[in-house]
Amino acid sequence: MIEFIATLGRNALARVSAIGRASLMLWHALATWPSAQLVKDTVKQVYVVGVQSLPIILVSGLFIGMVLALQGYHILVDFGAETSLGPMVALSLLRELGPVVTALLFAGRAGSALTAEIGLMKTTEQLSSMEMMAVDPLKRVVAPRLWAGFIAMPLLTLMFNLVGIWGGFLVGVEWLGVDNGAFWSITAASIEFGQDIGNGMIKSAVFAITVVWVALFNGYDALPSAQGISQATTRSVVHASLLVLALDFVLTALMFGS
Amino acid sequence: MKVNKVELSVGAFVLLGIVALLVLALKIADSQFGNNTDTYTLYAKFDNIGGLKARSPVKVGGVVVGRVEKINLDIEDYMPKVTLSMYRQYGYYPETSSLSILTAGLLGEQYIGLTPGFVLEDIENLNDGDVIEDTKSAIVLEELIGQFLFSVSEE
Repeated sequence: MIEFIATLGRNALARVSAIGRASLMLWHALATWPSAQLVKDTVKQVYVVGVQSLPIILVSGLFIGMVLALQGYHILVDFGAETSLGPMVALSLLRELGPVVTALLFAGRAGSALTAEIGLMKTTEQLSSMEMMAVDPLKRVVAPRLWAGFIAMPLLTLMFNLVGIWGGFLVGVEWLGVDNGAFWSITAASIEFGQDIGNGMIKSAVFAITVVWVALFNGYDALPSAQGISQATTRSVVHASLLVLALDFVLTALMFGS
Repeated sequence: MKVNKVELSVGAFVLLGIVALLVLALKIADSQFGNNTDTYTLYAKFDNIGGLKARSPVKVGGVVVGRVEKINLDIEDYMPKVTLSMYRQYGYYPETSSLSILTAGLLGEQYIGLTPGFVLEDIENLNDGDVIEDTKSAIVLEELIGQFLFSVSEE
């Protein structure tokens, strides 16, 4: 019994101190003046996490939009409301699926890579040799990756949304024969810039911070061994995905709840 | 100048993102930046506003000429007081105009229909801050059914 309580306490302390270390890492990495080196490194990282994630984001967006339209059409056509297909596809993408699916794909595609990269840097003692040369690895290695993630993910979400709506248009209008003019005009009438696109972008920004932060912290905090890196990578994807889904519920309740 | 391939693709990536935002804003959301911001305020009291909400449209013959700014209850006579912001680009309406709360389609959203009144020499136009007196409440389905049953039972 006492052993159980002690284990519980040890786990709780470990969790709290991990949150503390993660916050310190974020603070040290971000609290720095932008330098030419930081900008240069950030651009390179935007290429790695953003541009190279484009294919998976665009293809998934297209298919998700297409499948939404296909499923929605068969439900809406029963009520003779198939012209509402446009707002249905656009609203689900802009408010929920765009930010969430992009974040999940980003955690799998870019977050895991970030964790493995930083973890291997730590294991091969590249980080400690940087410290020996008086280069702060948080500012030199972690900071550009954080910024790159913050920049890239909202942009990826925008493209995901656009391609998804286009996919919905392809299936709804080109294939199933919903009226072209009605599709666009009803969509335009029912979507509001601030309420729908703005809130979606706020979600995406929050998810970007969450995913990149979790990924980098797990890499930075990994046990310096092959097994440690594999565990850290798994944990990075699992924690980031769970946090994104939980935060999505909280944000939706705050934004659209009342 | 030598163009860095990485920088070029990142630049294209950022541009693509901005284009996506613009297309979403202009084509999908059809938001009109800066347009329609020139408005004036009218007030109206209804017996019953039904399902009217803030940001519901005000229409003249189907054309959106304003929006419901806010709805609150006047605690002096317990009547809902609706604040309307009307687009100045469509001009002004005579004092004899009337408002009614209508429903778009059978199950659609409720909106305010404005019927412009007749224009005489001694009738002025409604201006900022004026109150529209002539209003017709929303049709509440339960009340309608109640009236129908009442008239049937009388016969």
